[in-house]
Amino acid sequence: MSPNNLLTVSHSPHVFGSESVQKIMYRVLLAMVPAFAVSLIFFGVGALIVTGVAVVSCLVFEYLIARFLLKVKPTLWDGSAAVTGVLLAFNVPSNLPVWMIVVGSLVAIGIAKMSFGGLGKNPFNPALAGRIFLLVSFPVQMTSWPKAVESRFAYLDATTGATPLGIMKEGLKNGQPMVDLLKDIPDYGQMFLGNMSGSLGEISALALLLGGLYLLIKKVITWHIPVSILSTVVLFTGLMWLINPDKFADPLFHLLAGGVILGAIFMATDMVTSPMTPVGQIIFGVGIGLITCLIRLFGAYPEGVSFAILIMNAFVPLIDKYVKPKRFGEVVKHG
Amino acid sequence: MRTFPKGGVHPPGLKIASGSAISLLSLPEIACIHLSQHLGAPAQPVVAKGDAVKVGQLIAEVSGFVSANIHSPVSGIIQKIEPAPDASGYAKPAIFIEVSGDEWLESIDRTPVLAKPNGITGDEIIAKVKEMGIVGLGGATFPSHVKISVPKGKKADILIINGVECEPYLTSDHRLMLEKGEEILTGIQLLMRALGVERAVIGIERNKPDAIRHLAGLAAGYPGITVCALKVKYPQGGEKQLIKAITGREVPSLGLPIEVGAVVHNVGTAFAVYEAVLKNKPLFERVVTVTGKNLAHTANFQVRIGTPVIQLIDAVGGLPGNAAKVINGGPMMGKALPMLGVPVTKGTSGILIMSDQESARKQSMNCIRCSRCSSACPMGLEPYLLMSLGEAKRWEDMESEHTLDCMECGSCSYTCPSHRPLLDYIRIGKSNVNRIIRARK
Repeated sequence: MSPNNLLTVSHSPHVFGSESVQKIMYRVLLAMVPAFAVSLIFFGVGALIVTGVAVVSCLVFEYLIARFLLKVKPTLWDGSAAVTGVLLAFNVPSNLPVWMIVVGSLVAIGIAKMSFGGLGKNPFNPALAGRIFLLVSFPVQMTSWPKAVESRFAYLDATTGATPLGIMKEGLKNGQPMVDLLKDIPDYGQMFLGNMSGSLGEISALALLLGGLYLLIKKVITWHIPVSILSTVVLFTGLMWLINPDKFADPLFHLLAGGVILGAIFMATDMVTSPMTPVGQIIFGVGIGLITCLIRLFGAYPEGVSFAILIMNAFVPLIDKYVKPKRFGEVVKHG
Repeated sequence: MRTFPKGGVHPPGLKIASGSAISLLSLPEIACIHLSQHLGAPAQPVVAKGDAVKVGQLIAEVSGFVSANIHSPVSGIIQKIEPAPDASGYAKPAIFIEVSGDEWLESIDRTPVLAKPNGITGDEIIAKVKEMGIVGLGGATFPSHVKISVPKGKKADILIINGVECEPYLTSDHRLMLEKGEEILTGIQLLMRALGVERAVIGIERNKPDAIRHLAGLAAGYPGITVCALKVKYPQGGEKQLIKAITGREVPSLGLPIEVGAVVHNVGTAFAVYEAVLKNKPLFERVVTVTGKNLAHTANFQVRIGTPVIQLIDAVGGLPGNAAKVINGGPMMGKALPMLGVPVTKGTSGILIMSDQESARKQSMNCIRCSRCSSACPMGLEPYLLMSLGEAKRWEDMESEHTLDCMECGSCSYTCPSHRPLLDYIRIGKSNVNRIIRARK
């Protein structure tokens, strides 16, 4: 053999791990299966239509924008657009009209993601940007919540009712006593399983926690963001509840009601829009927890998780600038 | 279990060659010995064309403080002294020797009898190590006599022997530990005496339980020397990581191990020091692993410096049809060779042959800020940030983000799910930052 065969020359390393963006995104999709299954059980056909429309329109918009506006090769296979679609669907009621879902998807993919340069470049969580756009544009449709189980075979004609958080907010405003209010909301066991009104993916704490556990085991997420959000919510609402249990609901209620678990496990942990360091992630999580509680307890909206996450998204560059990993050799220690 | 605290990755070990005992490779027809076999100034030739040399004879001597002697690995006639491509592909001055027979200098003790240090002093050891051209055999090829001459005002209290061999595939240190245990331990005694330390610890990863057992057993007869089993995690054999894992001390950023009282030498170096000091044998041969998934055989060869790489590959059955890369060293930090005619040097620990499929780079995508690179960085840097600063040519910012702390272990590029060329950009940044720092002086 000639000693001058053609060889590939490149810098080290010459081997690579098996991790890929696609694998990460598909794991996130898999982790959302339990929550989706629960929403199929409680919201039935509406959940199916809304999720289907959201996923398809997110994929279509990403393809069209990449192909015809940015003129780059579309990368639908990376799975990120599908994740955005499912998350958008998880954050809206299951009776939302198709055209609104399409508009929400356009905002999520077109404005919040692709206009910043596509995957990895967006400062704000695309699905939440889409949701907030819909919430402020169509407040009525976005806050009419189909009743669980009853509306299983209905879509636009679903019977609607208030969410536990809505009942609580309205009731306290009208001066109803806490004891009566607690009778109007499902018991905590049912709430844990997901038998209540709400956005289609947020209802079942059980299913969401299962998905979160899978993401933790597969190392897609770390504990820092979910734990710091949830413990901040528990501490803050717990403190207020201890101060005045007639005016403020107990912390367990605040954990189970609304979207805080969905937000903590699936939305705030979005890698692109969260801080890089563990300490930064804890600051981020505490911020989200605090803002969520402030909106829920003192704001105009009954729920504040999405606003809280988007507000803290804006602080991520700042957090990453000032919170740095501990460098090796930074502090001299003699052992 | 002892390990370094932050970062690291777990590439598959693939120590295919670990069962192959060290075997002698036949002599080359022509040996090509580069004058720059080591870190520092190239050695100056002391022979001329037409001279007859014996095995072990000095052919080039130190020029400057950081430099090393070079001895003939073969006996024969000096054919020419002219530039020849080295592992980088660039032509560098080299001495060519036409080999005839295998005649060694009479002063070299070729008997297998284990020699004992007896009354030799530290200064004599350092002088001998310098004379015999010993350099660090872990890959960095830093002249060993410099490393064991503790600078004034500094004091070493522990010698750490690196038997980690955390690079996948490589097994030369593993074999040496199994086959030359007593010699290595005696070499460690010599290094301890030269440094004036009472304590030496041999660090070995737990994927080599036979080497741990073997050396720990033998070490019982050597006061002050112990074996420390380490967690299998790359880059456990990084000098600063190893010191941290064994002593808990952290070498300051851009500092040297001696600043925390530690000196690190490779097991191969300890063996070479034994041979140099007690057997009068200069460093002209070393153990080289020849390995790869698609090879007919794998081997750990005892090879004379200056043997062309192609001869090692032919000795294991030749280059497989799907070979795309031939790497000088391991897959994480080794250098891909541009041609197979280049010779083995003092720093060649392995020749790894990889297929295109195994070594191919995947299409790079946008950073998704997953922070896996920061988590994997054993130096606590932020590779994603360094890469974007590098893309923007912001060298000053790369300096203040401590890009010079990077030891190029490759953990970031290895772990990136977007397959981004993180280390490539950090390297560009390092060379630019170094250029800027030089310009400031």
